[in-house]
Amino acid sequence: MSCRSNSGAGCGRSGECECATATSDAVDNARRTFLRGAAAMTVTTLAAGVTLYGFGAEPAAARATGEKASSKVRWGLLIDASKCSDGCTACVSACQSENGWHDTGHPTTDAQWIRKLTVKDPNTGATFSLPMMCQHCAKPPCVDVCPTGASFRRADGIVLVDKHICIGCRYCMMACPYKARSFIHEPVDDQKPYAPRGRGTVESCTLCVHRVDEGRTPACVEACNDTGGGAMLFGDLNDSSSEIAKRVAAYRTTRIRDDLGTDPGVRYVNI
Amino acid sequence: MRHAVVRHIRTIATLLLAAALMLSVATARAGPPDWLPKPARGKGEKCVADTGWMRRNHMTALMHQRDATVHEGIHTGRFSLERCIECHAVNGADGKPVTIANPKHFCRTCHDYAAVQIDCFDCHASRPGPKAATTNNAAPERFAKTDAAVLAQYLRSLER
Repeated sequence: MSCRSNSGAGCGRSGECECATATSDAVDNARRTFLRGAAAMTVTTLAAGVTLYGFGAEPAAARATGEKASSKVRWGLLIDASKCSDGCTACVSACQSENGWHDTGHPTTDAQWIRKLTVKDPNTGATFSLPMMCQHCAKPPCVDVCPTGASFRRADGIVLVDKHICIGCRYCMMACPYKARSFIHEPVDDQKPYAPRGRGTVESCTLCVHRVDEGRTPACVEACNDTGGGAMLFGDLNDSSSEIAKRVAAYRTTRIRDDLGTDPGVRYVNI
Repeated sequence: MRHAVVRHIRTIATLLLAAALMLSVATARAGPPDWLPKPARGKGEKCVADTGWMRRNHMTALMHQRDATVHEGIHTGRFSLERCIECHAVNGADGKPVTIANPKHFCRTCHDYAAVQIDCFDCHASRPGPKAATTNNAAPERFAKTDAAVLAQYLRSLER
């Protein structure tokens, strides 16, 4: 990741920026201290009930017809676990009806593009809930292991499966640290025209690529905003003027299994 | 005498040949034979390319379109399978478009006859459904006359 020169708070007067990828341990430690302070500030502000409101749909810019997906864009999600209530499955049902996956009566092997997790701290008993789906990594392990090139990362950061060349070997399912991918065991019919899916191929969250290409937000984000807690924010992480980039720059966000270096495009707060 | 007989035979043969030719012309005018597939007409005024070109090259066009769409996110719609399905939908007895399971399905009419299996509909919807806004609904452009020029033109349009 490169430094954004106009990322406000991170840039000093000398023109130096706080980089997400620090080059030395010293810098890294300084950054950690800085971020720890920022985190504390976030909590305080949250307690006062001032910030983190207005989460939700942010109109994405639609590309012109015939234009390629651009690498200048990095689509991402920011999910606030404090607004994600246990038991709410608005995002899951929205994804199901949008993309046409559903229970087929085989719970152990059914496709699952997005799922709700409840995480419990065994020491304190405190729990929180969060949606888990493909994290749209910048360095996706599923792409590394794919023997046919079916698993790929689009220029704008969306990780997809090209089912035309997927042979159903399921290496990607093994490689994914987030258990985000599913294999389709049963024949499928009555698919959505914009979301093809069929037996013998692997599939996962597409970040509603058909909607994103139209300049709309993913179905889960829309549903969370309409009927859920408004915990999800979608936008371009590379565009410093976008709501998501501003929030990511201002608050301590967490990427799950950040230690693996996959650089996910999905970030969480309050987990 | 001998020459006269040969001449007669020649005349008769010529007449027979002419009759046979005329008969064949008449049969051709009556339309294609019953055993040829008769795919249903599409809804639009004309196809995205000449019928003959489409018969020979639709698979190539669809193949290139799919790579551009899946990998690069280009939705030009000209050779979009979704658009083919929309325009060539055939209604069944219930008035709704039939799926690939029905032998009347536009693609199946020819593919059954040619004994060429199509895998498209293992994953893709075989009848029209909710439409994505990115589908280009502009009137189809006409192609240049020769197939080679057309394919070259199409491939060039992808190299951007």
